[in-house]
Amino acid sequence: MIDGEQALRTITYREAVREALREALQKDERVFLMGEDVGRYGGCFAVSKGLLEAFGPERIRDTPLSESGFVGAGIGAALGGMRPIVEVMTVNFSLLCADQIINNAAVYLYMSGGQFNVPLVIRLATGGGRQLAAQHSRSLEGWYAHIPGIKILSPATVEDARGMLWTALQDPDPVLIFENSGLYNMEATLGADAGPVDIHQARVRRAGRDISIITYSASLYKALEAAETLAKEGIEAEVIDLRTLRPLDERTFLESVARTHRALIVDEGWRSGGISAEIASRIMEGAFYELDAPVARLCSQEAPMPYAKHMEDAVLPQAAGIVDLVRHMVNAHG
Amino acid sequence: MKPKRTGKPEAAAVDRDHALHLLRAMTRIRRLEEKCAELYSAMKIRGFLHLYDGQEAVAVGVMQALTPEDAVVATYREHAHALIRGVSAGSILAEMYGKQEGCSRGRGGSMHLFDQETRFYGGNAIVGGGLPIAVGLALADKMQGRVRVTCCFFGEGAVAEGEFHESLNLAVLWQVPVLFVCENNLYAMGTALEFEHAVTDIARKAACYDLPSTAVDGMDVLAVETAAARAVAAVRAGEGPQFLECRTYRFRAHSMYDAELYRSKDEVRQWKKRGPIATFTQKMKRRGRLADADVKAIEGEVAREIEGAVAFAEACTWEPVEDATRFVYSEGRMP
Ligand SMILES: Cc1ncc(C[n+]2csc(CCOP(=O)(O)OP(=O)(O)O)c2C)c(N)n1
Repeated sequence: MIDGEQALRTITYREAVREALREALQKDERVFLMGEDVGRYGGCFAVSKGLLEAFGPERIRDTPLSESGFVGAGIGAALGGMRPIVEVMTVNFSLLCADQIINNAAVYLYMSGGQFNVPLVIRLATGGGRQLAAQHSRSLEGWYAHIPGIKILSPATVEDARGMLWTALQDPDPVLIFENSGLYNMEATLGADAGPVDIHQARVRRAGRDISIITYSASLYKALEAAETLAKEGIEAEVIDLRTLRPLDERTFLESVARTHRALIVDEGWRSGGISAEIASRIMEGAFYELDAPVARLCSQEAPMPYAKHMEDAVLPQAAGIVDLVRHMVNAHG
Repeated sequence: MKPKRTGKPEAAAVDRDHALHLLRAMTRIRRLEEKCAELYSAMKIRGFLHLYDGQEAVAVGVMQALTPEDAVVATYREHAHALIRGVSAGSILAEMYGKQEGCSRGRGGSMHLFDQETRFYGGNAIVGGGLPIAVGLALADKMQGRVRVTCCFFGEGAVAEGEFHESLNLAVLWQVPVLFVCENNLYAMGTALEFEHAVTDIARKAACYDLPSTAVDGMDVLAVETAAARAVAAVRAGEGPQFLECRTYRFRAHSMYDAELYRSKDEVRQWKKRGPIATFTQKMKRRGRLADADVKAIEGEVAREIEGAVAFAEACTWEPVEDATRFVYSEGRMP
């Protein structure tokens, strides 16, 4: 790649993650990737396809089905001076290593009084919408965002899929990157020199004056679609992509609410005790007097994910639901 | 691969200096733990407190084989391991007092002793939680071409956890330089070995992963030392991970909250007759390596050390409450 080269190319989210992995493996010899089927299989979502051939089995390390064992080993390797990227096939299986993530990775620095930091990156596929039923459709990033000591990234764009990994690897502390599996095939145009991006700021993905739609991950596209529909009716929605769920960049959405005076949070996670509740509270605490309408939330229905397509669609937040809610909010509290 | 049973070690080969060294180490542990119990009653130490009385030969015997470059991962019953690894009694006690000069800044307490200087990685209070971390530390050494050993201590209770099996499998699969040391003290809290395990021969479980394993009398410091030296030498020589089961007994309650309903006083009495400090002292006296005066001198020396440690902990300071969220994340970038 030539510095400053502005040539554009179209790549998928999957290719963007792969490119980021390749770059990290090339730039830092302490970096290695491990997880179930990352090597010989090519990654269960084909993200790491070709990397084994390029970097060999030491650095593209296939693991047995031992989530707790290899995530813990990732923590140990990070403590021992490596920069491991551990792939947990999907967030659903991370429940088997939640102990290592929450009871070890998140607390090592604190419990040791600042002596032992854990520079570990964990990548997990997340999200529903692919008719995989209750055990394979979870969106637990908000749930992990409850835990101090780890950072939670949620790249929704190809640019972020390409750029967040390297920044996460530079972080001295454990970072979890949630890649929504529904996004892997999404294409976008990137500059040939696309590289690291910040991981501490939310982004306004669409500007608007009438309402702030605050969301992250795959729901971003539903929010953007809804905003287009609403624009035809003269309602201009501002769409905010949180990007990072911990630490939460509240400034960006509080400033947005101060401009639009309405807020809707769209979250594929559940409503009760979810990250949407946290965001709503922050708005109450930080922008209450700016509000012209109660804060609203559109989350997944409070049920395990059903298998049938029409049921799954009904459970997940959809663009049409966003449009209805926004219309009501704007018109009822015009 | 069948587990080995080590024969009687050559006590005759132990010279006077080494005998003094081992006795001093075990005595330091015993007296520190006694002081902890006392300070707990005096409410200077709070939280959970798990004491090590009876198991001294394990920590002392195994640590003899380690060098300063090696790493140690231990459990919540780890005062002894930290002390023998080289963490001062003062900073250990200060930690239990909750003082900021404690080895974990008062953030961890009794169950979470940490020390960067001696590569002491805790102090883990999730049973089995340390094993994968030890595998990872050893993996990092292997990948970076460093010849050093990670030594991982855990109880036989941890052997029933999935992480035990995951970690042994990974260690053998990846041939990482780790020594697993199971301190089989026959009870996981109040659950005796035969109620915890379908197969009670722990060393055999390791052998089923083709992990070279040895079972040793954990009440005999020389036997432990000999077996650990052999195992660590094998790890260092690049022969891959090794497993050591030390058969021992905990003399005190599991923690300060344990009414000990699950075992008889007589059983404890019988085991105390095999106490590692008393038996070693007698043996060394019989061989003419130690005299009564040596024992007395060591006791005096250790009493002064513990007294000094208490005085240190008393004089230490409290972390300001404004610092409660310090070290949730690192301060500044990585070096
Ligand atoms: C995962 C987990 N489950 C339960 C406990 C509660 N607990 C603490 S110690 C202990 C017994 C462990 O026995 P063992 O591993 O043999 O070690 P020992 O206490 O004998 O040294 C239990 C059940 C825990 N700390 N962690």
